[in-house]
Amino acid sequence: MSKQVGQSKIRVDAFDKATGRAKYTDDLCGREALVTHMVRSTVAHGLVTAVDTEEALKVPGVVKIFTCFDVPDIPFPTAGHPWSTDPAHQDIADRLLLNRHVRYYGDDVAVVVAEDEVAAARAARLVKVTYEEYPFVLDVQKAMEPGAPQIHEEFPGNILGHTEIRRGDYQKAIQEPGLIKVEGWYDTPTVQHCHIENHVCTAYMEAGRVVVTSSTQIPHIVRRVCGQALGIPWGKVRLIKPYIGGGFGNKQDALYEPLCAWLTTQLGGRLVKIDCSREETFVSNRVRHAIRTHIISWVRPDGTFAARKIEAFSNQGAYASHGHGVNAKGVNAFPQLYPCDNIEGDGWTVYTNLPAAGAMRGYGIPQAMWAGESHLDDVAKALGRDPVEYRRQVVMPVGYRDAFSKNENYFDTFNQIMDKGMEAIGYAEKRKAYENQTGPVRRGVGMALFWYNTAVWPISLESSSCRMVLNQDGSIQVQTGETEIGQGCDTAYAQMAADAVGIPFEDVHIVSTQDTDITPFGLGAYASRQTYIGGFSIRQTGQLLKERILTYAVELTRQTRANLDLIDGKIVRVSDGRVLMTLGELATEALYSLTHSEHLTAESTYQIKNNAYSFGCTFAEVEVDIPMCKVKLLNIVNVHDCGALINPALAEAQVHGGMSMAIGYGLSEELKFDPKTGKPLNNNLLDYKLSTFMDHPHLQAAFVENPEPTSPYGTKALGEPPACSPAPAIRNAVLQATGVAMYKAPMSPQALFARFCEEGLL
Amino acid sequence: MYDLKALYEAKTVEEAVALRLEHPEAQIIAGGTDVLVQMREGKRAGKELISIYGIDAMRGVSLDGEENIRIGSLTSFSHITKDPIIQKYINVLGEAVDTIGGPQIRNAGTIGGNTCNGVTSADSASTLFAWDAIIELTGKNGVRRLPIQEFYLGAGKVDVRPDEIQTAILIPKASYENCFGHYIKYAMRNAMDIATTGCSVNVVLSGDKKTIARARIGYGVAGPIPMRAPTAEAAALGKPLTAETVDAFAAAVLEDIHPRDSWRAGKAFRQHIAVEMARRCLIESIKLAGGVMA
Repeated sequence: MSKQVGQSKIRVDAFDKATGRAKYTDDLCGREALVTHMVRSTVAHGLVTAVDTEEALKVPGVVKIFTCFDVPDIPFPTAGHPWSTDPAHQDIADRLLLNRHVRYYGDDVAVVVAEDEVAAARAARLVKVTYEEYPFVLDVQKAMEPGAPQIHEEFPGNILGHTEIRRGDYQKAIQEPGLIKVEGWYDTPTVQHCHIENHVCTAYMEAGRVVVTSSTQIPHIVRRVCGQALGIPWGKVRLIKPYIGGGFGNKQDALYEPLCAWLTTQLGGRLVKIDCSREETFVSNRVRHAIRTHIISWVRPDGTFAARKIEAFSNQGAYASHGHGVNAKGVNAFPQLYPCDNIEGDGWTVYTNLPAAGAMRGYGIPQAMWAGESHLDDVAKALGRDPVEYRRQVVMPVGYRDAFSKNENYFDTFNQIMDKGMEAIGYAEKRKAYENQTGPVRRGVGMALFWYNTAVWPISLESSSCRMVLNQDGSIQVQTGETEIGQGCDTAYAQMAADAVGIPFEDVHIVSTQDTDITPFGLGAYASRQTYIGGFSIRQTGQLLKERILTYAVELTRQTRANLDLIDGKIVRVSDGRVLMTLGELATEALYSLTHSEHLTAESTYQIKNNAYSFGCTFAEVEVDIPMCKVKLLNIVNVHDCGALINPALAEAQVHGGMSMAIGYGLSEELKFDPKTGKPLNNNLLDYKLSTFMDHPHLQAAFVENPEPTSPYGTKALGEPPACSPAPAIRNAVLQATGVAMYKAPMSPQALFARFCEEGLL
Repeated sequence: MYDLKALYEAKTVEEAVALRLEHPEAQIIAGGTDVLVQMREGKRAGKELISIYGIDAMRGVSLDGEENIRIGSLTSFSHITKDPIIQKYINVLGEAVDTIGGPQIRNAGTIGGNTCNGVTSADSASTLFAWDAIIELTGKNGVRRLPIQEFYLGAGKVDVRPDEIQTAILIPKASYENCFGHYIKYAMRNAMDIATTGCSVNVVLSGDKKTIARARIGYGVAGPIPMRAPTAEAAALGKPLTAETVDAFAAAVLEDIHPRDSWRAGKAFRQHIAVEMARRCLIESIKLAGGVMA
C-alpha cells in the first residue's frame, strides 16, 4: 500500500472552505441571539468612578447594560497554557470580566446587550463613564524607572518577569586584549495577528450548564478559564470550537469567552454573542510584544566570541496574558544559536499601559532574530567577513545539546540550509555584483538564520489524546484535542491516521470540530506542536484500533493473528498476500453479528517528554530606492529543516504565509499610539500597513528533510518558524545595498528617511 | 448592519434633484465606498441616504461637440482606466485611478464620489487639478460649471449646493491636446492604501520638442485640499529639456506646497518626497511627449 504521509493530498476541508460551505462561529449562531457592544476605556490609566447608563437604557432594543461594578470579583488568568497543578507555575490572574481599574485605552468597562447591533451601538455611544485619571506609561524602560506609574499593585516596578543567564565570567572575559566590541540596540514594534476572522463567541445555557461556541485555538483551555472566571465547576462549561478563520496565537488566549459565558448566566440563559470589530481586535484582544534588545559582542580577530551580553526589554502591556514566557524564549535562544563560554543575559517583561501582549506566531523568536541576526551581520561587517561564511564558523555545531530541553542538533542542518538558500537566490554572484554600488537605486542580498523549538516540553505538559471509531463501511472517525486553525492539521492527521490503521486516506473522516463534551482532552493549537504532538497519539491509537480489528478478524477468518494484516482497508493473509475480506465487511459483521457484536473503537493518550529543534533561514534580495526611501523586495526564499514533510504542498503553503507575515513585520507593520494619551492611532486595516499580495515577490519555500528521530513520523515544527527570519534577512540585504544598518523594525519609508539623512545618503 | 434612517433611490438626475430638495439633511451616496465606511464608524449614523447609483445617464466617457472629454460622475474607476477615450487623450487619469484601493473598490467607487468627498488624498484629484478639469453640477435651475480649483472649498468641503448633484467632469480640449502626463502615488504599500502624497505632472513640448511649452503640476496631500504648484510651473516654462530645468522645477514646489506633520508621515519627509516625485514625474512626462533629456 502506498504511504499517505509524505504526499501532497488535497486539504480535507478545501472544498467546503473554498465554496463558503464551512460553518464558522457566527454562521452557527441562531438568529434569536442577543448582541453586544462594548464600552471601552477612553483613558490609558485610571479608575472608573461612575458609569451613567440612564440615556443608553432608553434606546429601543436595549435589553441590559452591565458595568464593571456588576461583575464578580474573581481575577482570572487568560493565557492559553496548560494549567499547572503547582501554584508557583500557574498563569497570572490579573483581570476581571470588566475592569474598574482600567489600564489601557480600550480596556473593558461595560457591555451593552441589545436586540440588534444598531441599538447596541447607539446605546454604547450614550453610556457616560467618569474616570479618576492616573498617570500612564507606554515605554518599556520608562515603566521600570523608579516613580513610574504602578499598573498592578502585586508587581512593584511593573516587572512581571525576569530571566537571568550567567555563563562563565563575562566581566573577566572582556578584559582579553585585542577584542573587537560590537554593540547595538534593536527594536521591534507592536504588531497584531490580523487573522481574517475576528474573534467572536456565543453562549447560552442548557441543563444548567453554559455552552460556549468560540473562534478559539484552545477549546479545552478556554473551558477551564471560563470555569475559573465565573467561579463554577469546569464541568459546567461546554466549549465548542468550529472552523476558525486563523488565529496566529491571538486566539491562544481566553478572549471574550469568559464574559460571554457570564452574560448568559445573567440573561436567563439566553443566547448572547460577542463579536469583535477589526478595530477592537487590534487593541482589545492581544498583540505581539514589542521588545527592545541590547547586544554586545566581544569578538576576537579570528571571529570567535570571547564574551556576549544581551538585555531584552519586553513590553507586556496592561495584562499578563502569556507574560514572560515570550521574552524568556527569545533570551534563551541567544546562547544556543551562537554558543559562547561567557554570557550575561537578562530578559525583563514589564507592564505598561498598552494593549496586552500575548502569543503570536514565533513567540518571541521573530523579535530575538531581528536583534540577534541583525547583530550577527553587524559583527560580520566589523570583521570584514561574509555573513554566510562567518555564520558557518560560529553557529551551533552538529551534536550540540541543550542542557535544559535536551534538544540535540543531530544533523549538519545549518550548513545544508545555507547551501540551499545561497543556491536558490544566487547569493555568491549577487553578493559580489552588489559590492561598492553608487547611485540612487542600489541592490543587496542578505540572510538570517533562526532557532526554534517544537512544542513546550519540558516547560509545560505535552500530551495528546486521540479517539478512533470504526464505521460499518470500514471508514473511521478521528478526533483529537488538537485544533484545525487553517494550518491544515486535519489533513496531516488524516494522512497519519490512514497509515497508522492501514486504510485509504479517503476512509478517514476527521472530526474537525472540538467539543469539550465529546472530544478527547487536548490542549489545542500552539507552539508549532500539532503535527509533532498529534503524531504520537494518532500512531498509538491507530495501532490500538488495528489490533482490535485484526483480533476480531481472527474469529472471522480462522487464521492466526500473526498471519493477518490490515493493508489499504483490506484484511490480508500475510503468508500468501490473499485478501480475505474487506474492512467494511468485517466492520458490518462486527456491529450486527448475532453471536459477537462489538463496536470497534480505540482511544488513548500519549504524553510526550521530548522536544525537537527546528531550524531554517531566509535569503532576501532587495532594491533600495534611496531618494524615495523605499525597499523593494525582489526575491525571497525560506529554507526549513522541519524533518520529514507530512504533506509537501501544505508545508509550502505554511511557509508562504509565515513569510508574508514577516515581510510586513520587517517593512511596514506597526501599531501606533498617541504618546500624549495612549490612544491607538491606526487600529484598522487601512492605516495599519499589513503587507499585501502586491508587496510580495514570488515567495519561495525550500526544505531539507532530516528526519526527526523522536517523532513517529520524523516531523517537527513548521507552524511558526517561517515568520522568524525574513525580517532580519531583508534588513541585512538593505545593509549590503546601502551600507546603512537599520536597528528598528519596521523599515518604513519614514524610518529609512531618518536613517539615510543621519548617514549622509540624503 | 448599517445604522441608516432611510434610503431614497433616484433613477434620473431630475429625481435626484427633487429628492435633495425634499430631504435636505440626506447624504448622497454613489458607489458607497466612502459613505458606508463612515456610517460604520458612526460618523453618519442614523442619517438618510439618497442613492444616485441607479442613474445610468451619469455613466461613461464621451467627447462633446467641442471635443471636450466628458466623464459621467458615476463612471467607476475601473471603467475610466479601460476607456479608449481616456487612454488616448489622458491616460494618466486612468493610471491614477487604477492605484485606488483594490479591484473591488475600483469597480464600485466613482470619480464623482472621489471628488465630492473633498479629501486631499483622492487619487483622481491631483490629475484633475493638473489638467484644469471643469466640474459640472446640475440643480433645479439647470447646469452650472466651474473649474475644479473653485469646486474645492476646504478639507472635506466642496461647492455642491443644496439642490445640486455633480453630474460630470470635463477635460477641455485645450487642456489635453498634445499633452502628456505622469502620476506617482506615494503610499506605504502597493495596494489598499491612500496616498501619503500624490503628484501629477503634464507637459506640452514646443514644436521642435526642445523646450517646455507648458508644464502643470498637481498635488494631493500637500495641503488641506488638492493643489497646483504655480511657482514650479513657471520655473519650467520655455526651458530646455535638461537636468537643470528638472531640478529647478522640482525644488520650486517647496514654495507652493504645505504638507503637514502627522503620525502618518513627518513634514520634512513629505517635502523631500514631494520634490523627488516632481522630478520623476516631469522626466517621465517629457519622455511620454517624445522629448529627449539633454
